[in-house]
Amino acid sequence: MANPWIAYLLVPLVKIVVILLTVILLAAYLSYFERKILAYIQIRIGPNRVGPRGWLQPIADALKLFTKEDIVPSRAEKLVYLLSPVIITVPALVVFSVIPFGTDTTLFGLLPQAIPPYLTDINIGILFILGVSSVGVYGVILGGWASNNKFSLMGGLRSAAQLVSYEVPMGFSVVAVLLMAGSLSMVKIVEAQRQAGVWFFFPGIVAFFIYFVCGIAETNRSPFDLPEAESELVAGYFTEYSGMKWAFYFLAEYANMVVVSSVATVLFFGGWLRPFPNVAALAFLDVIPPFVWFAAKVGFFLFCYIWFRGTFPRYRFDQLMGLGWKVLLPVSLANLLVVGLGVLLIGGPR
Amino acid sequence: MGNLEPVKPFPDSEEMEISFGPQHPATHGVLRVLVRLDGERIIEAKPIIGYLHRGTEKIFERETYNGTIPHTDRMDYTAAATNNQGLVGTVERLLGVTVPPRAAYIRMILAELQRIASHIIWLGTHALDIGAQSPFFYTFQERETILDLYEEYCGARLTLNCMRVGGQPFDLPEGWTGRCRAFVDQLPARIAEWEALLTNNRIWKKRTIGVGVISAADAIEWGLTGPPLRGSGVKWDIRKVFPYDHYDEVEFEIPTGASGDTYDRYLVRMEEMRQSVRIVTQCLERLPDGPVMAKVPKVIKPPKGEIYFSVEGPKGELGYYAVSDGSTNPYRLHVRPACFVNLQALDVMSRGLLVADLIAVIGTLDIVLGEIDR
Repeated sequence: MANPWIAYLLVPLVKIVVILLTVILLAAYLSYFERKILAYIQIRIGPNRVGPRGWLQPIADALKLFTKEDIVPSRAEKLVYLLSPVIITVPALVVFSVIPFGTDTTLFGLLPQAIPPYLTDINIGILFILGVSSVGVYGVILGGWASNNKFSLMGGLRSAAQLVSYEVPMGFSVVAVLLMAGSLSMVKIVEAQRQAGVWFFFPGIVAFFIYFVCGIAETNRSPFDLPEAESELVAGYFTEYSGMKWAFYFLAEYANMVVVSSVATVLFFGGWLRPFPNVAALAFLDVIPPFVWFAAKVGFFLFCYIWFRGTFPRYRFDQLMGLGWKVLLPVSLANLLVVGLGVLLIGGPR
Repeated sequence: MGNLEPVKPFPDSEEMEISFGPQHPATHGVLRVLVRLDGERIIEAKPIIGYLHRGTEKIFERETYNGTIPHTDRMDYTAAATNNQGLVGTVERLLGVTVPPRAAYIRMILAELQRIASHIIWLGTHALDIGAQSPFFYTFQERETILDLYEEYCGARLTLNCMRVGGQPFDLPEGWTGRCRAFVDQLPARIAEWEALLTNNRIWKKRTIGVGVISAADAIEWGLTGPPLRGSGVKWDIRKVFPYDHYDEVEFEIPTGASGDTYDRYLVRMEEMRQSVRIVTQCLERLPDGPVMAKVPKVIKPPKGEIYFSVEGPKGELGYYAVSDGSTNPYRLHVRPACFVNLQALDVMSRGLLVADLIAVIGTLDIVLGEIDR
């Protein structure tokens, strides 16, 4: 691409718009699939009124939320109250800029030359994701505090403690992958799995489970959904929020679910790679484009999220903290030691 | 009555006062609990009631004896049949009427189905409070069948009004026993399904074992009855100790717990459902022929006197204290509600626990505000 305007302005802009729209639509439709899957788990039918099989339900919900009256409690801290939904939503969307959805593609020959189907690949990709997504905590704490409601405050404090504690074992489980991959770049991590010929899930199975448990806790999902425990705290930190502000919290939660699933896919399940990428006998699987592999893996994790919600009761706050600090943290440290030893003996990234 | 000093592990920390309810998703109606918190730890939990007070006992005095029955439906609205059973039993004893055996057996069937239905609501909502969504839907599926059976028998599903002084208003419809039998035969398999979701679930155990403990001695002193008493290991069931209807002719066990915590009460209620199935099965097998109504005068005028009679409701001992002045209306008809007495123990059971446990304790007491406030 000779023209720098196209390479540095137009292409990224188009990508940003496409990714943003996809993520927002995905978050909306994730709520539809969640309701449908939960309904089938619970011998119900789920949304089926708006559009064929209820396919337009998320659109109708969004329209309803847009037109809803926006209530700000009279005793709320106005500025912080207004800012909190933004603080939680923006990081959730920004992290999508470094998630690699596939290999370079010409979109089935539509483009003159192959371009990468992700926004950018920075050499500290995973660090960027961890760093940016932890900013979202402020949206939760500040929102809970600014509502000037005791239930919200308790929800905010709970999640502050929860998010901060679970980031520690999560970080250690990611470090285990970094040892195997030898890079912080999301694309290089996938490439390392191609070279190794095996998804990091198999050598890093302990790290994966720790990562996924922490990921569920980080996104405040069942069975770790205490900050928004409906039966105790009446929705927790966003009790007072309504209309679009509430919708932003909702969007952030679902976008974060997609982030955690995508990162799990990249770190442990070979990103866009097919199973056993080096085994020639499975080459017929290459017919399926890389992007579909990626989407399928992410979809599986998202399904797990909903599946857990349909199955498990909720942890209690102290038990949750106990699990994080007394179980996950020591296990992740021990795992780090084992993986490090393995890399040292077998030979790690070249 | 145990030590009722406020629990305060950190003397310097600031207290927070939170009003749970009356509009709160987990207080099962309109219970309000004024909670003093130290962080998330409960210093004191004070139940405040009266939001559903309808003056039922005063209304009783205005009604004829049979006219009071529909009002009892609305006390514990999840267990109308046992409410009816207690009231008609009281008046019959005041009158000195013996119910025909067929009517008594029908009553037992209706009451035991009601016990199952009530425990089903308890299980669904209790699990929902603790965060498990799905059991709610699985259990309510079965409750629908029970309500269908009721509808077929008396036309109502919730407020049944299905018993009369002296017997039953209707005989069982044709084929009803077969459908009832089919339902209770498949129920144990369903109960096993619900237990598969919860009984050995690590999170469920963590949330319920050691939560809301009350010792047997304390439970007796607080006057607890029903599953909260039996969960503490006291073998006390009105159906066994003062048998009414024909409970002395059927075989069933009284399940008891050992440690008096939420998990034991859960196990007790699950087992009670199975025992109720046993009772219904036996009643259906032995169901005698004959009339369903004794000879009672058109206008019921019990002789002067007073009586206390109680039945084992799904929530505990449901007693009626009736005073007759010889007229057609009761002079005084007092209800000894199980939930009201059981709720008293909320404070002593939840002190020192966390907020999340308060929800579990409210759920495990299985209260219905309609009966508490009346």
